[in-house]
Amino acid sequence: MAMTSAAFKFPTELKEIKYEIEDHARAFGLDFFRVIFEVLDYRELNEVAAYSGFAHRYPHWRFGMDYDRLSKSHSYGLSKIYEMVINNDPCYAYLLKCNNLVDQKLVMAHVYAHCDFFKNNLYFEHTNRKMVDEMANHATRIQRYVDRYGTDKVEAFIDCCLSLENLVDFHWPSIRRRDKDRPEATGPFNGAQGPMRGGESCECQKPCDESSACSGSGCQSGSCGGRGDKLEGVGYFPDDDDEEQIQPRRLRSKGYMENYINPPEFLEARTEEIRAKREKGKRFPESPELDVLLFLVEHAPLRNWQRDILSIIREEAYYFVPQGQTKIMNEGWASYWHSRIMTEKVLKDGEVIDYADHHSGTMGGSRLHLNPYKLGLELFRDIEERWNKGRFGKEYEECEDLAIREGWDLDLGLGQEKIFEVRRLYNDVTFVDTFLTDDFCRRQKLFVYAKEEKDPTWVIKTREFDKIKALILSGLTNLGSPQIRVLDGNFENRGELLMEHEHEGRDLKWNFAEETLTNLHLLWKRPVHVETIKEGKKVRLSYDGKESNIKELG
Amino acid sequence: MYMTRRIDGDRARFKKIVRGAVRSGIRKYLSRGELIGRRGKDLVSIPLPELEIPRFRFGKVGQGVGQGEGNPGDPVAIDPDAEGTGEAGSEPGEHILEVEMTIEELAEIMAEELELPHIEPRGKKNISAEKDKYVGIAKTGPESLRHFKRTFRQAMRRQIMSGTYDPADPTVWPIREDKRYRSWRTTFEPESNAVIIYMMDVSGSMGDVQKELVRLTSFWIDTWLISQYEGVERRFIIHDAEAREVDSETFFHTRESGGTRISSAYEVCLRLIREEFSPEDYNIYPFHFSDGDNFHDDDEKALELLGELVPAANIFCYGQVEGGYGSGHFNQIIKTKVEDKEKILTADIKDKDGIYDALKAFLGTGR
Repeated sequence: MAMTSAAFKFPTELKEIKYEIEDHARAFGLDFFRVIFEVLDYRELNEVAAYSGFAHRYPHWRFGMDYDRLSKSHSYGLSKIYEMVINNDPCYAYLLKCNNLVDQKLVMAHVYAHCDFFKNNLYFEHTNRKMVDEMANHATRIQRYVDRYGTDKVEAFIDCCLSLENLVDFHWPSIRRRDKDRPEATGPFNGAQGPMRGGESCECQKPCDESSACSGSGCQSGSCGGRGDKLEGVGYFPDDDDEEQIQPRRLRSKGYMENYINPPEFLEARTEEIRAKREKGKRFPESPELDVLLFLVEHAPLRNWQRDILSIIREEAYYFVPQGQTKIMNEGWASYWHSRIMTEKVLKDGEVIDYADHHSGTMGGSRLHLNPYKLGLELFRDIEERWNKGRFGKEYEECEDLAIREGWDLDLGLGQEKIFEVRRLYNDVTFVDTFLTDDFCRRQKLFVYAKEEKDPTWVIKTREFDKIKALILSGLTNLGSPQIRVLDGNFENRGELLMEHEHEGRDLKWNFAEETLTNLHLLWKRPVHVETIKEGKKVRLSYDGKESNIKELG
Repeated sequence: MYMTRRIDGDRARFKKIVRGAVRSGIRKYLSRGELIGRRGKDLVSIPLPELEIPRFRFGKVGQGVGQGEGNPGDPVAIDPDAEGTGEAGSEPGEHILEVEMTIEELAEIMAEELELPHIEPRGKKNISAEKDKYVGIAKTGPESLRHFKRTFRQAMRRQIMSGTYDPADPTVWPIREDKRYRSWRTTFEPESNAVIIYMMDVSGSMGDVQKELVRLTSFWIDTWLISQYEGVERRFIIHDAEAREVDSETFFHTRESGGTRISSAYEVCLRLIREEFSPEDYNIYPFHFSDGDNFHDDDEKALELLGELVPAANIFCYGQVEGGYGSGHFNQIIKTKVEDKEKILTADIKDKDGIYDALKAFLGTGR
């Protein structure tokens, strides 16, 4: 396939350009993995793109669908993929053969910046840098199941898994939510694969009180994270049903001081707390589980091959999470650097037009869509300017004299340093939250548009900064997906699965929710429920294997 | 030279799934107007929302963030999905999955479902047609085909390279060498031709419901015949007591009143065949839709003309839709009085479910 046959398809002419651009990128301070370029024709590139950049993936019809869509929009001239780059070490990048030389230069500069971002942004820190190999292994495993159980059966099962693909805990890789003694199911980042540094920076691992550890179910962040837990229960190993044993720890005291050092009200409150926690320990899962896929991998009644496929889907979903989390930043960063490397170093006079044409094409967009390339680029430029001129901090924020603000220049020259710091520490949500300013919105002419029910016209609704920012942020939160958690794996004591949608003002797409439940039922095999809010009312949507129904909750 | 690629397997699976989905929905498509207006020259675009992998996700919010000039209250765009009936509005950017099929593929699925035999074109001579297609850019050509953007770019590029470009006065003068033209290639295509002549009764008793039935039926007739012939022409005739030839837009939207004289339509049809479509060169398919409420004194004349019409045509199809005042008698007249039953096909289309049987009756002969 592309990867093997194209390994030698990198002409000398491009190689020279590559070295030149690589040197410039390094001189600017970018820090990247080794980048391997390959030149593909449009069919090969579309194919690689359909597989999200990976040459070897498991067989599934949706890749064929994506390929069809890409080739269609390519041949109608609606869109064109110039490049594809993979977060991997070494970093693989694909160039389109028919691009002219200027395009190739621009794309290479763009790729080096992407690669720098992959390597240095914190949210990518826990991704598998040997994912090309890992994906190929997944492909092999699934292919074996296909050979054994048949395409239709395996593919139908993959469809079910993909239907739940977005029900993962986006912060899982960086937060240790469970006790480390407890073996995880085939989790993505702690298997024997690749140089993972999983859990190094985890702060939630501080020793928990033994009372919950000895119940044999491990520490939950919910139960050990609270402040002021230090006193209770240390040294006790009570049985679950042993009422006598529910005693909070007392401080040692002389008899006459007892009531002062260990006030009875306090002891009583602690007893209640311990009892509540004991109660909670009996629940399943103990606290709501955001990582629905993991919960299913561990507890759904699956065949072994099914469990394996589900964990593969989960692992791949986690791999792509950081890319979703940093779309604006990643593209903004790459665009910032391609424009600097090109305009300051590489461009020759005769190439200016083609460069400008390409660059403006990338930055352009319709009035109804914020182009992430454009938004990211402008934000990075804005940050650079603000930190160069010292336009930040209390003094600047509180200055209300427009003339002074506009001429504000402390000549600090901190811009470069700042943007490198930003690319390391932020994701899209924190990036927009911190750096999207009122001035920026006005300069970029952002607005909120909306339309009335039944009126087909979209109308500019407001240019208020708060509304714009809130709307952008709500679209980025949780990758624009609803937050859904498992509440109870033994609902009504009948082994049914109860989930909860944390409603934040937007209803679920209803027919999709019903169909997703149908797929979930195929995995769980018992009735499944999700509680949500529909048109202002709290409801429980259920699917029992035959039909779905909605029940209003009080 | 094409290697077998990994993606080919996945594409084949996808195609198979699409085909399965279309096939299982074909009865629904046959009796509903979903596909009307979705047919281009070679492809039909079929909405298949059920192919999308369902996930928990948000419904519509009805707002978004945009960028550009304008004051609050100014319109920015019109939601193309909101027109007509149905749910009002979807998000910009949210789209239902549409797959494209060639008309041949769709017709094939339809043929499988309806068990239609393929048509053997009558032994007509093939007509060769010339076709021009714009395929690229050339350095020479007529001024009328000059490609402005490419020419401009070329000129600008030359000026920058030669240092004659002045940013203060960014005027660009193309010289002869800068000019670029669209170029074309001519291809010859052999054709075996067919003409479909639709006739419809637009008298007062034919309402919108009836016309919708005709519209749907004709869509599928078109699909089938287009898949069977290389060149298909369509002509439209409407009639009440008088008949005239119209374009397709008028055909499906005219609201007339008055009585019904079927013979008038057959007269126009015969004239059309005589003047433009000789049976030597064309496979001729007349379709007539009416509620059957003909003037009694006209029956005789209509049958006479029909006797002339039928030999010239491959088949003659008469579809009787149930009108506002019930069904007429013309159906019975054809059934009882016409000798040559082999080429005359009739069907009753009472409602949308009747379309299925009508298509089967009309197209099931393989002529």
